[in-house]
Amino acid sequence: MSDAAQPATETLRRATRVLPYEIAIWAVAVGAAVFFPRYSPLWNEIAILALFALSLDLILGYAGIVSLGHAAFFGVGAYAAGLFAKHVMGDPLAGLAVGAALAGLVGLLTSPLVLRGSDLTRLMVTLGVALILYELANRFDNITGGADGLQGVAMTPLLGAFTFGLSGRVAFGYSLAVLFVLFVIARRLMHSPFGYSLRAIRDNRMRATAIGIPVSRRLAMIYTIAAAYAGAAGALLAQTTAFVSLDAFDFHRSADVMLMVVIGGTGYLYGGLIGAVVFRSMYDVLSGITTQYWQFWLGLALVVLVVVGHERIVRPFRAIGEWARGRFGQKDARAVDARERGGDGTVRGSDGKRAP
Amino acid sequence: MTDTPVLALQTAHLQKSFGGIHATQDVSLQVVPGARHALIGPNGAGKTTLVNLLTGILTPSAGTIALHGEDITRMPPHRRVRNGLVRTFQINQLFTDLTPLETLAMVIAERDGIGARPCRALGRRTAQVDEAAALAERFHLADVLDARTRVLPYGKRRLLEIAIAVAARPRVLLLDEPVAGVPAGESREILDTLAALPADVTVLLIEHDMDLVFRFATRMSVLVNGALFAEGSTDEIARDPRVKAVYLGETSLA
Repeated sequence: MSDAAQPATETLRRATRVLPYEIAIWAVAVGAAVFFPRYSPLWNEIAILALFALSLDLILGYAGIVSLGHAAFFGVGAYAAGLFAKHVMGDPLAGLAVGAALAGLVGLLTSPLVLRGSDLTRLMVTLGVALILYELANRFDNITGGADGLQGVAMTPLLGAFTFGLSGRVAFGYSLAVLFVLFVIARRLMHSPFGYSLRAIRDNRMRATAIGIPVSRRLAMIYTIAAAYAGAAGALLAQTTAFVSLDAFDFHRSADVMLMVVIGGTGYLYGGLIGAVVFRSMYDVLSGITTQYWQFWLGLALVVLVVVGHERIVRPFRAIGEWARGRFGQKDARAVDARERGGDGTVRGSDGKRAP
Repeated sequence: MTDTPVLALQTAHLQKSFGGIHATQDVSLQVVPGARHALIGPNGAGKTTLVNLLTGILTPSAGTIALHGEDITRMPPHRRVRNGLVRTFQINQLFTDLTPLETLAMVIAERDGIGARPCRALGRRTAQVDEAAALAERFHLADVLDARTRVLPYGKRRLLEIAIAVAARPRVLLLDEPVAGVPAGESREILDTLAALPADVTVLLIEHDMDLVFRFATRMSVLVNGALFAEGSTDEIARDPRVKAVYLGETSLA
């Protein structure tokens, strides 16, 4: 009787298993630190961008909330951590917690603004919030340092043992570890009933309400969590560069992070990570070719990506990825198949190819 | 109130106006527990508005709604669902990116009050997943459990539409044209599942198809121009010449 049901429940049960490509991604990240320590400051920057993009994916990819002002939370986290280090104590983990918590609080307080209305309303409201915070940071320069930035953010050694040095190796290790931990938490969260309820809301808000999901509360929850994640990213930047500038709140930061998530693909967590790597690499490569006009190529790539469609561009990679996974000994073809159809398998195949 | 038996669903003098248009006028509907109650009416009679008032999408201009004796007039939609008032939609409202199994397990988790739990994966919550699989079996969805909903054929999606509502374990189920759009040959599966609903579930069937109404329902209410026009057993309504004139006559022409 339940012959057909058995494999499907098993598939769903196993959906949380760690796949080879995931191990590969993190191995590449660690490998970057081990084999190319010279570029640690760059890796650090990418790890921070990746965390920031992950935080946007939580609301954009899973809950369907568009935002053009996600830098608001990044900035709050950065200034909170910077000021905390300057005036209270230099412990990195305490500062990280303060930055994330404060950004989360701002997220919670502003969440009612994104619960109602259309996508356009949300874009404008989030943009507005970020602009307000930017100008507040600009105006209260006695606290924030204004346009000169917040100087003198000095950190004590991480865990009392690792001193942040000029090489940036400790910084990258720290950022990568934070990214990893927060990623694992996010991954768990998105496989939980809570995560599924968000996807239900994104897919069909009317029906989500009609099965008893308290839509507003769930969206407020994930918005708060995503804000805290963005705050953590901001805090990492402040701590590892010992500096905070108004740039943390800047519009381009909100726009860039949206690009990263779109480039990497929404709603499967790794999109933000891959997007951050691709975006930052494109910046490096393109600005190497044409320093002034690199955004021309970025723009072109974006237009092609959106017009041609994400799926179609990455499909060749997906085919290769499937082949690779077959080689890695996935016995249960149905399981692969079912996960593949998440619409997320799409880019998943590509990361193996694209990751440096 | 206390000496009358508690009705499953009751509205009292329910009104809804949009500008000058009275979409719902003084509707006092009474649905007894366990009923198979049909709500019929020609196009534009205000059936959709009434459903939206019952489920809380719209707020009435006046009047009250009670579910098993509890006033739910101002209760937000999702709380009504938790109190057992669940609906299906005339046009499928599905979670196209989820599989039927994920969908049903998620609905059941939500019903069981663990919908906001952030830790253990949905797929590892055996009680919910097994119940979802069993329900899917009853709704002839066992063979498509792990296919994305968006790729399912229409008939399967229609079954899922109803299965979602049943998964929420309704005490009062509003069925909005359950076989809408389903070819005659395929509607059998849906009708069978409806017939197999537990007897203690109260069903309010909003329907156009008179065959289905007479086969399924024992009582019916006729809505015309936003007001209750007639109410009674299906036999009484079928014999009522006024109803024939305004409604049954029209559909037999159609």
